[in-house]
Amino acid sequence: MLLDYGSSFHYVLALLPELVLAIWGMGVLLAGAYRKRDGSSGQEAGWLALAGLALAAVANGWLHSGVSEVGAAGMIAVDRFRLFANWVLILGAGLSVVISLPYVARQKLQAEEYYCLILFAVVGMMFMAAARDLMIIFLGLELMSIGVYALAGFNRRDRRSAEAGLKYFLLGAFSSGFLLFGIALVYGAAGTTNVHAVAMAVADGTAASALMVPGAALLATGFAFKVSAVPFHMWTPDVYEGAPTPVTAFMAATVKTAGFVAFLRVFLVGLEGLHGEWADVLWWISAITMVAGNVVALVQSSVKRMLAYSSIAHGGYLLVALVAANDTATSGMLFYLLVYTIMTVGAFAVVVTVGNQSEANARIEDYGGFGWRKPVLGVFMTVLLLSLAGFPGTAGFIAKYHLLLGAAESRLWTLSVILVLTTVVSYWYYLRVAWYMWMKEAPEGVDSAEPAVTPFATRLVLAASVAVIILAGVFPGAALDLAAGSAEGLRGVSEAAGSAAGP
Amino acid sequence: MLTPALYLSAVLFVVGTLGVIVRRNAIIIFLCIELQLNAVNLAFVALSRYTGIEGQLYVFFVMTVAAAEAAVGLAIIISIFRHYETVNVDKFNVLKW
Repeated sequence: MLLDYGSSFHYVLALLPELVLAIWGMGVLLAGAYRKRDGSSGQEAGWLALAGLALAAVANGWLHSGVSEVGAAGMIAVDRFRLFANWVLILGAGLSVVISLPYVARQKLQAEEYYCLILFAVVGMMFMAAARDLMIIFLGLELMSIGVYALAGFNRRDRRSAEAGLKYFLLGAFSSGFLLFGIALVYGAAGTTNVHAVAMAVADGTAASALMVPGAALLATGFAFKVSAVPFHMWTPDVYEGAPTPVTAFMAATVKTAGFVAFLRVFLVGLEGLHGEWADVLWWISAITMVAGNVVALVQSSVKRMLAYSSIAHGGYLLVALVAANDTATSGMLFYLLVYTIMTVGAFAVVVTVGNQSEANARIEDYGGFGWRKPVLGVFMTVLLLSLAGFPGTAGFIAKYHLLLGAAESRLWTLSVILVLTTVVSYWYYLRVAWYMWMKEAPEGVDSAEPAVTPFATRLVLAASVAVIILAGVFPGAALDLAAGSAEGLRGVSEAAGSAAGP
Repeated sequence: MLTPALYLSAVLFVVGTLGVIVRRNAIIIFLCIELQLNAVNLAFVALSRYTGIEGQLYVFFVMTVAAAEAAVGLAIIISIFRHYETVNVDKFNVLKW
């Protein structure tokens, strides 16, 4: 089916996944008003939210099955790039909701508000993936961020959660100020906020570079905060450690994905003509992020904080693809984001289980002997850690390999060497957790304490993640083809817009 | 008129940025962030004289976003005040910065 932006109804169709999810989120909130307050656990709200995500996935699949657009420079992109990002976001949110079910019930959080905030945040992320206009990116980013600020501080009885919420809010709002000022300057330079029109203004030299270059720098700063690249990462470890663990999983997986997708579209399509200017800066940011993230992760004693630094390091690997700026790197990045989402949520699912659906037992010593007490979970966690480290045979390895292919295509040899060396460093802190799980004794008094119960839903998530990680590690073909096609979508649209405007 | 307006906007933005970095009171920091957003609003309005009406439209988006941010932000500040009985960000040190 062809979408024609002359008709406003077709805008509704182009935004179907977002609209479905937004309306469903309000429904989840309303359902809370009718729930009886007599000790029901709020699990229904979680299942309701999952149903909404499934509906959004159906709408996304409909868009994926051959809907295309005419007038390629509309505010909303209907390209494979956006739809692939939507798959990753829906998947990440769905997995996070499933691991939240027992946690929210045990911690007695307000379930409806919790799940509806997750849905609204996902709507914001999907807008970021779909936006072909800087202002829509800003609105999507704020919709996402405001939801996640509230989620980070959601457990009001826990002072660490309140502190995480405040830190995330102050630094997040600060960074969106930078992003917005960047948008204003780019708007002043190019006379438009449409990403494709900005690209054309840059290409034919009508954009005033006195505003454009600082604008691009401010945009990069704003995005770097959101994807927690060093030196804009200060908030990440604190917020990830203090937020409720399922929220941390949600933040680490989907917020980063949305940030990178918007970053990529703005810089590879809109500011492509300035690649010479921003590539050097991002080269350094990427190198510092990989080195600092991995080195600081070495000395962490809390597994949750270690995973926070590991997520910073993964952000550094993904920035390599942005610096490389070619189709191979873009498809590698999309594949990486998919794999990263699955393995991160999986690892946090184990952290929630070890913590017994609370914030306890986050020290690495608490993992002593865990593998022997819970062999299946232990094996799952080991596979997830190996994949995070990029061990051959897992999807993490294939993903890193494709990032390296993209970097090699752009002849970024030094950056590739840094990527490989820091990956080797990362083996130490990932495998240290595995070492504690299998080779160390349990800490004092752990057996007499209440045994860690693994809820069925969490087990399902873990089994599915591990199966996908191993399958994609051995037979990556299908997912890679999908990612490659999606990367071409981004490129194809930008060429179509260029030729439409040409003579 | 464009250049002076943009300079004023940049100066306000820098004042806001410095305020966030220097001040320790969470509410003042939040005020400085609002100052940044309003500096951007000024830039949008000034630019819209030359680039078209969208600039003035964006100001409304930004104001709406700022209001939503204020609602959530002040709620978060109240919730942390209940734990610490202060809004000085240096005192929030359960998690190391």
